[in-house]
Amino acid sequence: MTTSPALLQIQNLSLSAGPDKLVVRDASLQLAAGEIVGIVGESGSGKTMLSRAVMRLTPHAISRSGGDILLDGQSLYAMNERQLRAVRGPRVAMVFQEPMTSLTPTLSIGEQLLEGLRMHLPQARNEHMPRIHAMLERVGLRDTQRILSAFPHEFSGGMRQRIMIASAMLLRPALLIADEPTTALDAVVQREVMEMMLELTRENGTAVLLISHDLPMVARYADRMVVMKQGDIVETGPTAQVLAAPAHDYTRQLLRTLPQRRAPRQIDRTAPLMSARDLVLEFGGRQRWFRKGAPARVLKGISLDIFPGEVVAVVGESGSGKTTLGMILSGLLQPTSGSLLYKGQPLRPGSPGFKDYRYNCQMVFQDPYSSLDPRMTVQALVAEALRMAEGLSASDKRERVQQALADVGLGGDFATRYPHELSGGQRQRVAIARVLVRRPALMIADEAVSALDVTVRAQVLDLLAELQQRYGFSCLFISHDLGVVEQIADRVIVVQGGVIAEQGTRDAVFDQPQNPYTRQLLDAIPMLQATPDGGVHLRWRHAEGRATAPADGAACPA
Amino acid sequence: MWKFAATRIGMAIPTLVIVALAVFILVRLIPGDPAALMLGDSADAASLAALREQLGLNASLPTQFLVWSGHVLQGDLGQSISNRQPVAALIWQRFAVSAQIVLPAVLLATLVAVPLGMLAAWRQGRLTDLALVATATLLLSLPAFWMGLLLLMFFALKLGWFPVVGFVAFGENPQQALLYLVLPITTLLLHEIGVILRMTRASTLEVLHLDYITHARAKGLSEMTVMLRHAFKSSFGPTWTLLGLILGNLLAGVAVIETVFTIPGLGRLLVDAIFARDYPLIQGCLLFIASIYVLVNLFVDLLYPIFDPRVAAS
Amino acid sequence: MNRRSLSFWLGAGLVSVVVVVALLATFWTPYDPLKLDFKTRLAAPGWQHWMGTDELGRDVLSRLMRGTATSIRISISTVFLATFFGVLIGALSGYLRGWPDRILMAINDALLAFPGLLMALGLLAVFGASASGIIIALALAYASSVVRVVRGTVLGLRERDFVRASRVMGNSETYTLLRHVLPNCIAPVIVMATSMCGWIILAESSLSFLGLGVAPPAPTWGNMLAGSRSYVSQAAWLAIFPGLAISLALLGINLLGDALRDRLDPRMRRRV
Repeated sequence: MTTSPALLQIQNLSLSAGPDKLVVRDASLQLAAGEIVGIVGESGSGKTMLSRAVMRLTPHAISRSGGDILLDGQSLYAMNERQLRAVRGPRVAMVFQEPMTSLTPTLSIGEQLLEGLRMHLPQARNEHMPRIHAMLERVGLRDTQRILSAFPHEFSGGMRQRIMIASAMLLRPALLIADEPTTALDAVVQREVMEMMLELTRENGTAVLLISHDLPMVARYADRMVVMKQGDIVETGPTAQVLAAPAHDYTRQLLRTLPQRRAPRQIDRTAPLMSARDLVLEFGGRQRWFRKGAPARVLKGISLDIFPGEVVAVVGESGSGKTTLGMILSGLLQPTSGSLLYKGQPLRPGSPGFKDYRYNCQMVFQDPYSSLDPRMTVQALVAEALRMAEGLSASDKRERVQQALADVGLGGDFATRYPHELSGGQRQRVAIARVLVRRPALMIADEAVSALDVTVRAQVLDLLAELQQRYGFSCLFISHDLGVVEQIADRVIVVQGGVIAEQGTRDAVFDQPQNPYTRQLLDAIPMLQATPDGGVHLRWRHAEGRATAPADGAACPA
Repeated sequence: MWKFAATRIGMAIPTLVIVALAVFILVRLIPGDPAALMLGDSADAASLAALREQLGLNASLPTQFLVWSGHVLQGDLGQSISNRQPVAALIWQRFAVSAQIVLPAVLLATLVAVPLGMLAAWRQGRLTDLALVATATLLLSLPAFWMGLLLLMFFALKLGWFPVVGFVAFGENPQQALLYLVLPITTLLLHEIGVILRMTRASTLEVLHLDYITHARAKGLSEMTVMLRHAFKSSFGPTWTLLGLILGNLLAGVAVIETVFTIPGLGRLLVDAIFARDYPLIQGCLLFIASIYVLVNLFVDLLYPIFDPRVAAS
Repeated sequence: MNRRSLSFWLGAGLVSVVVVVALLATFWTPYDPLKLDFKTRLAAPGWQHWMGTDELGRDVLSRLMRGTATSIRISISTVFLATFFGVLIGALSGYLRGWPDRILMAINDALLAFPGLLMALGLLAVFGASASGIIIALALAYASSVVRVVRGTVLGLRERDFVRASRVMGNSETYTLLRHVLPNCIAPVIVMATSMCGWIILAESSLSFLGLGVAPPAPTWGNMLAGSRSYVSQAAWLAIFPGLAISLALLGINLLGDALRDRLDPRMRRRV
């Protein structure tokens, strides 16, 4: 226990969005200089509002209904606008989640970086530019002169996030609030940016308030951890301790959502249900007056097999081609070249097997808010799938629909509800029921759980696993998250840049990865070890694929 | 950036061609016979036939179109039947008059409405906002010709501050001209303030809840800086586009104002031409106004990247 | 009552009054709007004639009521026509894409190159100033805006997952268009139609005012205002009441449109 005075003290803070609508309830938290504290919670936990309150930047609709926040012993709520403006930037800085919308699109990078310096350090004018150049290089960006005159839209998400971090750290603040700083980035870039950010804060003695829904990520980097649920802080403590011996039920629930492997299954791999051979997809060069643009190759020759009853996971980052692969297999896109085979027969519109394939290969989409027609009831949505079913009477169809809804846990009066009355998890269940009702041979799940909160995600994954076991359909599970995949996949295919980087059984890929890219992806996922107190020990693999001692240096639980 | 400009200009050219084609076809559809109109009721068949030959009305339609386009490109829009003057000269003269009303009105309306719209957005939900929105809605619900009539009745007839009819060109006598211009400009001004204020408010509101505004505040910048440097530039785009549309619409719409205040402007010219079945004049006015509309919108598009650089990139 | 519902009820109220007056006027007005009576020329508003009489002794209130009926009839017909064709063309164009889309859009953009009133003026020269002429002219002039909005909505909807889901299910393109895409266009179309009502009423009265509307002696708001100009110093009421009628109608439509836009837009994106 250090004895340095608290830099930040949140004392019994309550924030409300209206009468009887508390967003944050009686929250107390302390942060010492240089400490890294992580706040973990799902949507609705209040973690974002809490972090905004530290800068007094909560939206108009949110007001403080109790408590206070002290920065260096001074009450933030007692400050006037001018005093607050002196705090924002030099003392407390913030990095936001969405790099695409956090930088003003109509101002150049240079202008945006200079603003803060001009405002808070007007006297050191000739130091501004050198400082900016140095900081940009420090965050890993080259060609800094060009960057300064460019606009945000010219950069990728990862680069924008680095710029944001540079902008925040320029004034060497005492506290950096990082609100989901890497969530919107690809797995590999996530780690680089996170580690760069934490190195930088360490160098400058900046304390970090790290807010995320990603428990493993917070556990990896934070000294202390705070767990929030529905506006309450339910648990706090040193990270290793909270993980190893969680005191609160909710923490335990969160820990249970961490990926765990089932026992490997025996799959009959003699005759593939569906095969793809040398799939190539090009977005053709567009005719631009007299020049032909170079075609973009999204898929560069992918071949794979899916066997009956197995769950095949396709993992890759954005731009790898995994989503495109799913769209080709489901028939939404035609490949530029290559072939698809269903039950051994080549697929062509009009060929005898085509109708069978069309009926039997269905898809669950990623965004639960856009995959259901807002004007149809749950009943109608699921029943629509049986519109073209042959050999089923009207009452058979009704029964099937009821069965499907019961299977996904939405029996009873859910049938008459509309999508906007359902939560994200419930909508995904409807989407699954819609596929299930046909008793399909193949279900393609395109990032089906990515948009859900972790506890809901775990429930839906369990549901999928159970349904798959019961009905025996094959599943092509597309995801960017290897962790999710570890839980339900029999086989794993890793895609990078339009080609298959590696494929094999789940155990083979996770324990003996051959490809360096696979190893990089695996590096972001922790390995779990249960503790006697109902918690976990998290370990991360080294870049070479071997497990090492935990990097957080935590002592064993007392 | 240059590719963007070239593309936009390139797209405007076919549009102008189609506009010309549309005007040509439209005027040919107007019932009646130009030759009969020019010669009057008493003309006999032979003179009518001769005149038609002379006007080139017997040639095939595509030929007529090409001939006419050729003339247009040289600046010759034909001769007005009712005025016996070159159409081009008439249009230009009247356009100058209309412009003296439309341009100052839109400019002043923008200068007043944009800051007020941003103010309303900034103070969303509070009294200032409600009052501004209510005023703007009221202003744009009052038809311009009624507003003009009321202003005329009160300030010109009753109070005698301004003349009731007529017009004096600015070039001739600036002070006199101003007297004639005040009421028409005010009428337009009030209406357009309503429209522009609402648009500015709406687009500013959309921008204000975006992350980058919070980010700007998080840097410790003053509200004023945040509004002017960050919010304004990003939100002005739609209003800028609207201004182009307004200017174009007003070139024809100003006809009602010109009628109320008896001003010899372009809008009134077109209306009179329609009454008189003056085909060359109708054709010329339609072509001129539509072309100006296309060019104004082109200009607006070309300057758009100043406010939002993302546009030039795509 | 918050601002949004105040807007809605006030707007709905004004619009209802106008519609009721229009319906009423088709059967009954206090006096015959066309009846001349030189003895009571230019009478100021009073008990006999609530809104006074005009230069030919005709009762202003009756004329105003009849004019309301005419204006509403023309406007609603125009909105229906423009909306129907606009939705048809916009939806087909946006859903099918490819060559049909490109051609239709080229034509539509060309039509949009003409400001609404200008095109209406031009078309009136062709069709002549009668009620049906005005309806056709205005419908053609404003349909292109509907096409653009509908096409934009449909383009967005096409990429929504529930439309893709329909295709993966094996439903035909026609079925998907009719069952999934079109019903989800209703909200923007309603908002657009409401705004259009306002533009068209204004356009119709402006054309009337310019003398290009329904011909006198049939009263319209616009031509009553036009006629009042010569008597402005003697009989101010001739100018005030017709203008007031137009303003109230437009105000009602604008308020209603605002409230509808607020209510219909967020619903489609509301998250639980």
